[in-house]
Amino acid sequence: MADDPKFKNRKFKAVGTRPPRPDGLDKVTGRAKYGADTFAPGQLVALVLRSPHAHAQIKRIDTSKAEKLKGVKAVITSKDLPDVTNGDRDLYDTLENCLARDRALYDGHAVAAVAAIDELTARKALKLIRVTYKVLPHVTDVDAAMKPGAPIVQPRVYTRGVSPKPKSPSNVAKVSEFGHGDVEAGFKAADVVVEKSYKTEQTHQGYIEPHACLASVGPDGHGELWVTTQGHFVYRNTCAALLGMDVAKLKVTASEIGGGFGGKTHVWMEPIALALSRKANRPVKLEMTRDEVFRSTGPTSSTSIDVKIGVKKNGTITAASAELRYQDGAFPGIWAMLGAMTAYACYDLKNVKTIGYDVLVNRPKVAAYRAPSAPMAAFAVESTINEVAAKIGMDPVDFRIKNAAKEGTKSSYGPTYGPIGIGPTLAAVKKHPHMRGKLGKNQGRGMACGFWFNFGGETCTDLNIGVDGTVTLTVGTVDVGGARASLSLIAAEELGIPYERVKCNIADTGSLGHNHMTDGSRGTFSSGMSTIFAARHAIEELCQRAANTWEIPVKDVVWHEGNAIAKGKKHKQLQPLSLGDLAAGSENTGGPIAGHSQIVADGAGVSFASHICDIEVDPETSATKVVRYTVIQDAGKAIHPDYVEGQFQGGAAQGIGWALNEEYIYGDDGRLQNPGFLDYRIPVCSDLPFIDTQILEIPNPNHPYGIRGVGETSIVPPLAAIGNALSDITGVRMTHVPMSPPRIRKAIKEKQA
Amino acid sequence: MMAGTLVSTMINGDATEFVCQTGETLLEVLRNRLGLTGSKEGCGTGDCGACSVTLDGRLVCSCLVLGVEAQGREVGTVEGLADGDSLHPLQSNFIKHAALQCGICTPGFLIASKALLDRNSNPTDEEIRFALAGNLCRCTGYDKIVRAVRATATELRKK
Amino acid sequence: MLKVCLSGPLKSAADGAASVLISAATIRELLRELVKQYPQMQIQLDDGIAVSVNGDIFRDNWSQEIPEGAEVFLLPRIQGG
Repeated sequence: MADDPKFKNRKFKAVGTRPPRPDGLDKVTGRAKYGADTFAPGQLVALVLRSPHAHAQIKRIDTSKAEKLKGVKAVITSKDLPDVTNGDRDLYDTLENCLARDRALYDGHAVAAVAAIDELTARKALKLIRVTYKVLPHVTDVDAAMKPGAPIVQPRVYTRGVSPKPKSPSNVAKVSEFGHGDVEAGFKAADVVVEKSYKTEQTHQGYIEPHACLASVGPDGHGELWVTTQGHFVYRNTCAALLGMDVAKLKVTASEIGGGFGGKTHVWMEPIALALSRKANRPVKLEMTRDEVFRSTGPTSSTSIDVKIGVKKNGTITAASAELRYQDGAFPGIWAMLGAMTAYACYDLKNVKTIGYDVLVNRPKVAAYRAPSAPMAAFAVESTINEVAAKIGMDPVDFRIKNAAKEGTKSSYGPTYGPIGIGPTLAAVKKHPHMRGKLGKNQGRGMACGFWFNFGGETCTDLNIGVDGTVTLTVGTVDVGGARASLSLIAAEELGIPYERVKCNIADTGSLGHNHMTDGSRGTFSSGMSTIFAARHAIEELCQRAANTWEIPVKDVVWHEGNAIAKGKKHKQLQPLSLGDLAAGSENTGGPIAGHSQIVADGAGVSFASHICDIEVDPETSATKVVRYTVIQDAGKAIHPDYVEGQFQGGAAQGIGWALNEEYIYGDDGRLQNPGFLDYRIPVCSDLPFIDTQILEIPNPNHPYGIRGVGETSIVPPLAAIGNALSDITGVRMTHVPMSPPRIRKAIKEKQA
Repeated sequence: MMAGTLVSTMINGDATEFVCQTGETLLEVLRNRLGLTGSKEGCGTGDCGACSVTLDGRLVCSCLVLGVEAQGREVGTVEGLADGDSLHPLQSNFIKHAALQCGICTPGFLIASKALLDRNSNPTDEEIRFALAGNLCRCTGYDKIVRAVRATATELRKK
Repeated sequence: MLKVCLSGPLKSAADGAASVLISAATIRELLRELVKQYPQMQIQLDDGIAVSVNGDIFRDNWSQEIPEGAEVFLLPRIQGG
């Protein structure tokens, strides 16, 4: 049963250890090649012209002067990317987002692009392009966009998820309702009902590496793309479809990736580079500036959320509901829907109802950001949970424990849970020394929980055994931060050989079957499963080769700790054959030895975390400082604990930045006012304390090693954990994220008044 | 086309000459003209530290220095940290302590950390955190980076 | 017969029903029957769906068998970071 995904308990030798990562040396010596670090002979430099308006009709684009400038080799507008999407709505949205067609939909929307012999020439050429705009009314606020009479962002969008089908277009792109039971009856049965409204501002993934690619397409329809991405196979499909190319003729190589967090799961500008290259018949390099990254790629939604929770005096929640309004930017997404699905996922609720409104505004197309949409919903729900606990005089941790979801709970988004980790993370919070640590002056403590689904998907893996018995593991999921080490550990474990004898490579799209991208915390879950299966297939072959060597039936051969062993007394004279022995003799036993796996890795395990934090607030300035932070999360199984801890710590840090500082600020003119790291301030080293971690391992029954995936959940609890800590210090409930000093001061003053 | 300027400089101890436009940054020269792509551009405005190099031993953002300013001076980049096949202790400790995830900020952190340890062999955690506050990392939450720098300081003091 | 629960935007495709009865032994059969009974469902399938069988979520493996009496949820397909 090589391909049996069911979890089997076992004693691990390699898995769970902390060896150095195989790409470590390249990354500390500057040798690792990221998106902008490669060059092609004869390459051109591309730059993109972007709309300065939040919403405008593009009446005319005159590129003639730019084209005539010496050194300019190609200028493109949307005419050079004709619509070949064949009615595919998502693909058309991607096309229109890459390069505006009749209208610019947000400040920073690309309208034209040039490729020239150097950057200086390209910059001059951009200035020579004349765009005639007719400025249109715009809307950037989610609540304003839902009001009657708001400017319509996309006349082709009619609200989905309502019946009957609406007759006129709307900024509400989708309505999504989840839940079960009877919430009205539940609220009637409650002793206390708490209702609160919240707002969260838009944040960016903030990866340090801007988008960058090197494209090369010839008039023969063959092409190559080197790009920083979380999923080069998916980029290939999308780019080929938009350019009208054959998928097989576009080879995409994933560079090392300088952070993605969801923002590099979406195609933003690669079709522009490909189209320029096709037109110029030269390689084209396109790098975004930080300003372009902020203005035109991947922020998460800003939101407006109403929460209502009813409770008995004994602490039982009788009903919970939420209305979640998330903006999607200028193109329909599923972000409010995800908020509505995740909002109450931590709890065992008899009556629950959530309704999500996905709303279009004149802002960049919203993209996934680490457990997308869950942090905002958790901020609203987990803040209210504390308010409810306070109203009935119950400890907030005990209150959560009493209502926590468990195996057999019908989840708020539908299915019934298998074995899950929310209860154990809460029990660990109760026991954690952090909860008993002394608080200093002006300090307070808060905690909160978080949930993310995790998922798997299409995965293809090769495992080849070299003539010296070393193993080349070839995977198609991009390594965003340690996956090559984890997957090598898994191959070593399964084959029974040392970690040092495995080398893991990320294949380009010409060298392996299709792989879905690294998202949904799926990298180690999916490629881990696929690696196990590929190794098991290789072991079957190795046993056959041993049988051939010994001239005995293969059923008499077993694989044990890196050796083929002949079973039974009649074979006792046969010495074990190691992987190295079998590899050395492979030429005469059937040729190369390999294992392969092509699967859909389904059955990912849901993930829960509980965070504890201590905050200090300066009573004069309301400046905040995180003084202690603890992450407790269920990993299912930690393959390389260093990088599991790293995911916990990194997610928490991003959540802390979101909670306290980070926000997109739009002016009345609909333009982004802070597109840079100076004014969009992500946490720096001196802002943070050490982030303590506790890894719990509640095995996922649908993975051979019990892996759940760990990448995303850790960003979910910090917003509310910090809000709850602030409430502990100031007695004020913060309802607007980021909880920046001016907002904290205002809230305290309002309470005093 | 404007004529370029000839610049003579020392990069990682090697005498180096290059021609660049007066408006070109040192980072652009290092990356695009000299093939030293270890220094990264994360922002181009001196906010992220991914392009950190030393200029006559002083820590600078190479995106804020002009290429022509390197004339007659010594530039230190991540490519010059290791001594032949032996890594600088900061490099080994960054690997050992898992102080990098995506690794894009790592060259800048290594250069900034070395600049710190060169002037302060026994920094407190707080001194480490403030010395590295000009370098952004979005992956790690800085925890393992601070630990790696601390471990290196201890190791170097024993030598 | 399977009781297939619908959630989120999928309900509207089945005239607002929270669940429908379908006879099917695999996910592929289930989806085929659903579209036959509710043609509007095709748009939702094109947008992407996932099927939960006894709590395990299947996004892509449509050959998955569904045991008689299983808890089946049709969910919208999700994205991650």
